[in-house]
Amino acid sequence: MTRIVDIPEAGFVLPGNRACAGCPLGIALRPITAALDGRMVLVNPASCLTVLGGMYPVSSVAVPWVNCAFPSTAATASGIAAGLRATGRADEMTVVAMAGDGGTADIGIQALSGAAERDEDLIYVCYDNEAYMNTGTQRSGSTPHGAKTTTTWKGKAENPKDVLAIIEAHNVGYVASTSAVFPDDLYDKMCTARDRRGLRYVQMNLPCPSGWGFDPKDSVRYGRMAVDAGIVVLYEVVDGEFRLTGRSAALAKSRRPATVAEYVAGQARFRGIGEADVAALQAWADERWERLVARAGL
Amino acid sequence: MSFSTVMTGNEAAATAARLARVQVVAAYPITPQSPVVETISKWVETGELPAEFVAVESEHSALSVCIGASTVGARAFTATSANGLAYMNEQVWWAAGARLPIVMCIANRAMAAPWNVLNDQQDSMSVRDAGWVQLYCRDNQEILDTTAQAFAIAERINVPVMVCYDGFLLSHTVMPVDVPSAEQVDAFLPPRPRGLQVVDPADPRNVGPVVLAAPRADAQGEMRGGYLEIRAAHQRALLSAIDVVAEVDAEWEAAAGRSWGGLVWGHLLEDADVALVAAGSLATQLTVVAERLRDQGIRAGVLGIRCYRPFPVAAVRHALAGAGLACVFDKAVSYGYEGPICSDLKAALAAAAQAPAVFGTVCGLGGRDVTVDELVDSVRASVVAHETGALERETEWLGVVR
Repeated sequence: MTRIVDIPEAGFVLPGNRACAGCPLGIALRPITAALDGRMVLVNPASCLTVLGGMYPVSSVAVPWVNCAFPSTAATASGIAAGLRATGRADEMTVVAMAGDGGTADIGIQALSGAAERDEDLIYVCYDNEAYMNTGTQRSGSTPHGAKTTTTWKGKAENPKDVLAIIEAHNVGYVASTSAVFPDDLYDKMCTARDRRGLRYVQMNLPCPSGWGFDPKDSVRYGRMAVDAGIVVLYEVVDGEFRLTGRSAALAKSRRPATVAEYVAGQARFRGIGEADVAALQAWADERWERLVARAGL
Repeated sequence: MSFSTVMTGNEAAATAARLARVQVVAAYPITPQSPVVETISKWVETGELPAEFVAVESEHSALSVCIGASTVGARAFTATSANGLAYMNEQVWWAAGARLPIVMCIANRAMAAPWNVLNDQQDSMSVRDAGWVQLYCRDNQEILDTTAQAFAIAERINVPVMVCYDGFLLSHTVMPVDVPSAEQVDAFLPPRPRGLQVVDPADPRNVGPVVLAAPRADAQGEMRGGYLEIRAAHQRALLSAIDVVAEVDAEWEAAAGRSWGGLVWGHLLEDADVALVAAGSLATQLTVVAERLRDQGIRAGVLGIRCYRPFPVAAVRHALAGAGLACVFDKAVSYGYEGPICSDLKAALAAAAQAPAVFGTVCGLGGRDVTVDELVDSVRASVVAHETGALERETEWLGVVR
């Protein structure tokens, strides 16, 4: 595993951007662009990342960036990949689509499913901040049970959909779950993805200070706690071979150092959550954790 | 050299895309368009057409693929109809706003609900405002020629072009077609100009980001246009098609020996008192109607609208200057008002020095048969009303059983 100090300081993410204070997108873009060494085209629908990029005629990231319509990310990226092949430029850059959880789990899932079934030659990164944060924190298919949003005022009743499993069921060669606050884990996965062909799906947990309701200085803390509580599990599936990675791999051999109750305690989106809902969220996390640990053969 | 054969309108569209050496084709099936992409799919599989064929999961994705491919400089093509066009509506606007020279054929079909797979022009007329050039074809030869021309028009002004032709009436009807040789088309249509490479890691740009309403300084302090300036530039480009469509039609004549009148075409129009106006195959049918009316002592002629967007204001004013009455036949409606060609024609003639009265008729919706006899009777009734002093009348719905 690459040590965090060994991730190249590539300089593609320029100083200063329009993201909210504490948004870990700025952390995540460094290892992503470093892994590709800037030889990439970022395909991005309307989302928080659009905001980070800035408004015409200035940009905060020095890699080619193509904005696209909300439902169209995977299809636009497919077209860019096809266009690069057709014009003999496929070797010049990797197509990296990057959409939020709403743009992936909800409005973009049809195009993503099509691209995955066709095994398009692109990396698709879903940055999962667990609601429509750019439009003001509305629930998405990825919002956890119990979380209050501006369309679930009493807390969301349902569990999130497992998009990682959905994409894996398309028989793509690479599926990875990572977190923006583990740049080493993210960097390694982007490097693995970079060296493969076909559709590569990377889902990246992204704590959101404004949407989750915590102090912007605590983004890394909550991102780590999500992994420690087993709500986010770091893993990858390479040609069907499953393995836990990074901190999740380490935790599988000990015990999880945080509970769901501790994780939700400091977040405004869970304020007032009942014990039964915490228990339900814990049960959901436990079931998945045990299933994934068992799958890893541990 | 060219060769003569017979083919359907869909085959003519596919043949033109092949002759244009399209590089990326995205496809999703919908009747009556499907044979266009089926045919291209076969050519790509056999190697007859060296192109990327992307069989997507929806029309929204079909146009998205074209948008992505065109953004990186590939010549991109797709085709659709009716609900498929409606489903990709967001991307119809995106392709135009992003100024991508995509060519899309529309086998015109009625919009649901209720379901109907047959012809009218409601689908493409409903996206007339999206910023594409729209060309309407009267027969299969014109479909082939216009589709080839569309790439030249699109790439000259960086505006996408829709080539519209009537579903089934043309898409599935076999007609004689002269197919130009690859050499003829290559001479007419060079590879897509490389122009500014907007996606290049050596010169990274953010393509299509959020734009404020007002101009704003870039990192060097130079002012760049806001949303309003960008849209105004798009409108200027689209209006420039008034010249470019005619120019390209003339170049095609030099290369392939045929032209189609540029923006509009006429039949027996020079001395006509009554002008019959329509787009597509209906206008061809109106040539028979005009001849019949002349036999009956009414000096009728036909004005065919080939280029509907941009609307050829000067050309229609000039063409109709001598007529007393224009009878417009629309295969579409702006619900709550009237036929779209009728509205546009009235607006175009409003300030003209010499202009006919304009009577609108809606006909043929959902593939309803429109007969020469019905059209003759409709025009005769309009002539009588006009002679008795009427300068306007309510839109007639031809053949509606009440």
